[in-house]
Amino acid sequence: MNLKIDRQTCWLVGGVLGLLVLSSLIGWALSLRATSEAGRATVQNLNARIRAWWLMVAIFGLALATGLIGSVILFGVTSFLALREFITLTPTRQGDHRTLFWVFFVIVPLQYYLIAIPWRLYFILIPVYAFLFIPIRSAVAGDCTNFLERTAKIQWALMVCVYCLSYVPALLNLQINGYEGQDAKLMFYLVLVAQISDVMQYVWGKTLGRHKIAPTVSPNKTWEGLIGGVASATLIGTGLWWATPFSPLQSAGMSFVITIMGFGGGLVMSAIKRDRGVKDYGSMIQGHGGVLDRIDSLCFAAPVFFHLTGYFFERNPG
Amino acid sequence: MMKSLFVAVARFICGVRARWVGCAPDARQRVYFANHTSNLDALVVWASLPPFVRDLTRPVAARDYWMKNRLRRYLAHDVFNAVLIERKRPTARDNPLTDMLGALADRHSLIIFPEGGRQADGELAPFKGGLFHLAKDRPDVEFVPVLIENLNRILPKGEFLPVPLLGGVSFGAPMKLEAGEVKAAFLDRAQKAVSALQPS
Repeated sequence: MNLKIDRQTCWLVGGVLGLLVLSSLIGWALSLRATSEAGRATVQNLNARIRAWWLMVAIFGLALATGLIGSVILFGVTSFLALREFITLTPTRQGDHRTLFWVFFVIVPLQYYLIAIPWRLYFILIPVYAFLFIPIRSAVAGDCTNFLERTAKIQWALMVCVYCLSYVPALLNLQINGYEGQDAKLMFYLVLVAQISDVMQYVWGKTLGRHKIAPTVSPNKTWEGLIGGVASATLIGTGLWWATPFSPLQSAGMSFVITIMGFGGGLVMSAIKRDRGVKDYGSMIQGHGGVLDRIDSLCFAAPVFFHLTGYFFERNPG
Repeated sequence: MMKSLFVAVARFICGVRARWVGCAPDARQRVYFANHTSNLDALVVWASLPPFVRDLTRPVAARDYWMKNRLRRYLAHDVFNAVLIERKRPTARDNPLTDMLGALADRHSLIIFPEGGRQADGELAPFKGGLFHLAKDRPDVEFVPVLIENLNRILPKGEFLPVPLLGGVSFGAPMKLEAGEVKAAFLDRAQKAVSALQPS
């Protein structure tokens, strides 16, 4: 796999760096203006988030530059960290111990290895083979207490943190007419639109948010945030059509799907956090919480984006 | 070199995050007493200390376990400089208390597990008397309660392969033996100080 760094990629990277510089400047300006205690805390958190963004963009850029291998490693490690946050919050029993060992050290690496070689078994490894293997391994361990619940939770964690996320680097395996060797931009596009949508929902929600969508799930998700976020992220996504195989209209549709799925992902993962009585999945990323808090929207958007792109644009839909 | 490697490995596998709730990391002489659920406990508490404290601090561990093979002996002696004690058949010559007081006399801090053994269910068992005797003999030393979380899921009793979940180590407010405090009252207070570190 040979990914060329073309002019469009440079524009994308330059644009993101520009955005980061701009937001750092805004964050700095806000920090001078904030007077109230609550305002200062919000701005402090905002600036921590922006600093973390710099780091995340640097890591993502490095992965892009190294092509399929780098991307597979980056998302493989991300899946591993997200899964660890998820399972930590999920009550499992000692009877699951060896199952979990398999999950962490065999299934996760195998899924990403299959994407790297690439072998299309990765589409069914987790939904079929892990699905069958996990209950068998736990049954052998002999603990029947809440058996169905425990195996379902482990399977669910694998689906969200590993299977769904692995669709992001899997984009690099798509064969699109007239877009050969340029799939890295597609991956960039997905991650950018999903994350911008998160950021814009946060910004619109913080500035205009009044009407809560699901107050029992997340007090931070408002209609104003959702509509503003989806609209602005879709607009930005549409404006990036030149870097994708899509027409502007198609790009608008794709961005819209990414943002809506991303919103759904954030909501679902909030419901789980709320049920477990925590605010964040972890504390690894300054200002953002855990890894899973940052990628929840991406996990839900990636498979849908992959399938839509594959179905409508791939040379030999497989 | 090897020390920092083991610290890095322990931190990665157990995802340990140290929460200093009741005190700040400090080089003064302390006895850290923690709940015990996993063979990784000593390593994890030790690894979660900042280097300048870690270098002064020795975990207290069971000799029968840590002398069993070469790797364990190497870890105990050369990596975390453990104070190995006899827990099965303590004699006058092999008195665990003497070894611990000796290490304290050498100006080391200690990490101890006053439950005496690992608890499979993660519940806190009654503390053994050694903690009280240490506190009585060394009133100048701070006794810091430590709560270890999730380690019984990372490496439960009876398993040998760890699962890399996120563990947590919380350090509480230092305590000392109060004037006239009897053994049972002190041990009870110490135990409550550990369980009070539970976040929820």
